Amino acid sequence: MPNEGTRDAHAHRMSRRKMMKGAAAVLGALAIPAADAPASVWEAFFQKNFRELSKPELEKVLARLEKEYGKRYGKAVKVKATPPIEGVLYGYGLDLSRCIGCRRCVYGCVQENNQSRDPQIHWIRVLQLSKERGVDLEEAEQYYNPAKVPEKGHFYMPVQCHQCENPPCVKVCPVQATWKERDGITVVDYNWCIGCRYCMAACPYGARHFNWKKPGLPAADLVTETHYLGNRPRPVGVVEKCTFCIQRVRNTPGRYTACVEACPVGARKFGNLLDPEGEIRYLIENKRVFILKEDLNTRPKFYYFYAT
Amino acid sequence: MRKIWEFFKGTLFLVSKGSRAYYAWMVSLLILMAVGVAAYAYQLQNGLIVTAMRDEVSWGFYISNFTFLVGVAAAAVLLVIPAYVYKWKPIKEIAVLGEMLAVSAMVMCLLFVTVDIGRPDRFWHLIPKFGILNFPQSLLAWDVVVLNTYLILNLVIAVYICYKHYNREEPNPNFFNPMILFSIPAAVSIHTVTAFLYNGLAARPFWNASILAPRFLASAFCSGPAFMIILFQVIRKYTRIDIKNEAVFKVAELIAYSMFINLFLLGAEVFKEFYSDTIHLAPMHYLFFGLKGHSNLVPYIWTAMIFNVTAFFLFLIPQTRENFVTLNIGCVLIFVGVYIEKGMGLVIPGLVPDVLGEIYEYAPTGTELLLALGIWATGFFIYTLLLRVAIPILTGEFYVGDDGVKPVIVDTEFIRKADALAEQSYRD
Amino acid sequence: MKRERVRYGCILAAVALCLLAGVAAAAPPKGPQGAKKNGNGADHPQFAVPKPPFTPGIFPCSECHKEMKPNPTRREMKDEHTGIVLNHAQGQRWCLDCHDIANRDRLRLASGERISFDESYRLCGQCHGDKFRDWRAGVHGKRTGMWNGEKQYLLCVHCHDPHDPRYKPIAPMPPPVRPEAIK
Repeated sequence: MPNEGTRDAHAHRMSRRKMMKGAAAVLGALAIPAADAPASVWEAFFQKNFRELSKPELEKVLARLEKEYGKRYGKAVKVKATPPIEGVLYGYGLDLSRCIGCRRCVYGCVQENNQSRDPQIHWIRVLQLSKERGVDLEEAEQYYNPAKVPEKGHFYMPVQCHQCENPPCVKVCPVQATWKERDGITVVDYNWCIGCRYCMAACPYGARHFNWKKPGLPAADLVTETHYLGNRPRPVGVVEKCTFCIQRVRNTPGRYTACVEACPVGARKFGNLLDPEGEIRYLIENKRVFILKEDLNTRPKFYYFYAT
Repeated sequence: MRKIWEFFKGTLFLVSKGSRAYYAWMVSLLILMAVGVAAYAYQLQNGLIVTAMRDEVSWGFYISNFTFLVGVAAAAVLLVIPAYVYKWKPIKEIAVLGEMLAVSAMVMCLLFVTVDIGRPDRFWHLIPKFGILNFPQSLLAWDVVVLNTYLILNLVIAVYICYKHYNREEPNPNFFNPMILFSIPAAVSIHTVTAFLYNGLAARPFWNASILAPRFLASAFCSGPAFMIILFQVIRKYTRIDIKNEAVFKVAELIAYSMFINLFLLGAEVFKEFYSDTIHLAPMHYLFFGLKGHSNLVPYIWTAMIFNVTAFFLFLIPQTRENFVTLNIGCVLIFVGVYIEKGMGLVIPGLVPDVLGEIYEYAPTGTELLLALGIWATGFFIYTLLLRVAIPILTGEFYVGDDGVKPVIVDTEFIRKADALAEQSYRD
Repeated sequence: MKRERVRYGCILAAVALCLLAGVAAAAPPKGPQGAKKNGNGADHPQFAVPKPPFTPGIFPCSECHKEMKPNPTRREMKDEHTGIVLNHAQGQRWCLDCHDIANRDRLRLASGERISFDESYRLCGQCHGDKFRDWRAGVHGKRTGMWNGEKQYLLCVHCHDPHDPRYKPIAPMPPPVRPEAIK
């Protein structure tokens, strides 16, 4: 059957061409560096997990990132990797009897932590709840937008990463791209995360956010004092989260987090849980405190309290 | 070595030859695969923003398909258990077909996971030694291990049986029996681990029910065999493989039992949630009745329910079970029903409402649908290739020649027969 | 002889002073972080606070009041300060319960002690002891600066108008973009 033969050959060639083309497209788009890519691209590709980097390796990585960001944003960017301070376990207090739901914290956080403006990423979500129903998340409203806040009959509950002592997000990560640091901050290595989003499914607080698209961050808005595990610019396709402003709070002296600074009513409290004289211990010992979803045994270090 | 090379050349010859229907089928699959590749290239270029997934619903259509297909793959055991453990003649030959289905389904599973992750370029982070596999902490790490093990296991078993058959030898029981026996718990474990993947998340009450793994298994034992029943009929129509009615009806009967267990477990869960009426009811309420005016999934889940119940009765009653019209209707109903129930009906309500009570109604975008279509086409393509080689071996139309090296292909007759049948069905 | 003793006394005093200063520098700070003892006799901590938020041009009060004869009679303001409507336990007190009658640039505690406007928290703390305690600990009110270093406090009056202390509603920042609209 000669006819059969030509048809066969034709079909075969068709499929091979398509497959080659497809394979090329996939490999190209997978962002696997091409053979002639500059050395730094290969370095980034083969970079080890943050916790496995030796000191000189880390220095090299930080320098590479600084160079890369400097080129991308046209200004000098500092990328530090300040380690935890000994004897410090960070804790956070949020006074629900004070919060008025103005969202100043949300935007203070976006600014300080170089969150993507477009598409929008917010690490803090402010929930409007009714005083009648109490903390009933099914009744929560995130998109309230009256002329003035607080609105009658409502109270407000900002939610962000609770920096759990027993973080479900860390447990589920298949590649250990996220972990809890000695000072209690759960961090993400944006260069190691594979973007499977299992941690997002595991987090009971909606604290983890994904870069669905290349983050849109205008150079003018970039905060240049950054931390490797914190507010440095993120790549597409990875998860990010609140780090208690790791780039600020690991310094001695270290500034308060951006959300504490932004809050006009002083509802936000931050400090060292191990310091018996500190404000966090004071509020835990003197105020009515609750933690969100206590039954899940996540043991957050984020304490909601009622000062009155 | 030369013998294996000749065998390989023989398989290449086999897959490149075929009837018009075969070419039409393969070319259409290739076109769909190309569409899928294009969709993936588009997604890689723009990021996962081209899907409808967002922070509120962070897993969608891809993971739904993945979950369903793990079930299909696991169901290969249903064919292996009676065939090998109970030496039940009618199914023995076609267990190979089940294992090859498992292989194809596994490949699709891995593809669905690959297209879902944000950084496929970092896949090597999952490989122990090169990267860090968070085993045994992460259930996803477990899944990576068991899925790949299961894929390799089934591939090895199927290739081994075929190669032995091709050499006109009996499989070595010392090697073969342990593999087969191991494949049974492996099949149970892939679906259990996949269920645990969801089950272990306390943040998501819809998934955090201990009944989830049993339900997964019960529903898998419906969808996989339902597919096989239709496949058996196609194979025995177009090839020389003879599959007895008795075997088909037995599988259908097993489906009926599995569906009963599936429905019973679902009922138990529905009762618990609705009667206790806690805040954890919200996802189930969203799925079955909608929540605060959001009801995207409601028509789907009720379609699934009606399909599953109808199929259950069709398979339960001997008259309808042994009538090929109603049997095939039942198979389609079950396949679609479980696809909805174990796919979107399982993944989406786990995420809606989200952990802060937010309702985002997810519906896959065109890119997601096309990409999924491409992966399904890839699965069918692989399965067709595997069958294209396996069937002539099983029917004795492809075997090693008397010199012990060169293959013999007696494919003229079966190609002619297939062509004639295709021609005829085309005319009809 | 006498001279010598004086000299020795001076040296001793100097050594003692140095020692004391050293001890004081080495000792960890007591009490709420950032608080210092003030030097004017009373044992009240001094907090780093910004200037009180006076209405522009109103301070020092003595500019106008020094020529006026103080009138201690409780009455309604008809000519001046008409903008001030007391909405703060208005039945129980009036201007001169807090503003010192003799020196209008000072505030007056119940004890009769006169304090500066920079220390107005002491005045507020007379009634709102619980809030005052919380404020000193950094739990009531906004406190910025360094979490493990120097803190900046705000006065009560930076957030609460002393004549009408309820916090006034403000415009919220824009709500987040709904997931449907994130493209």
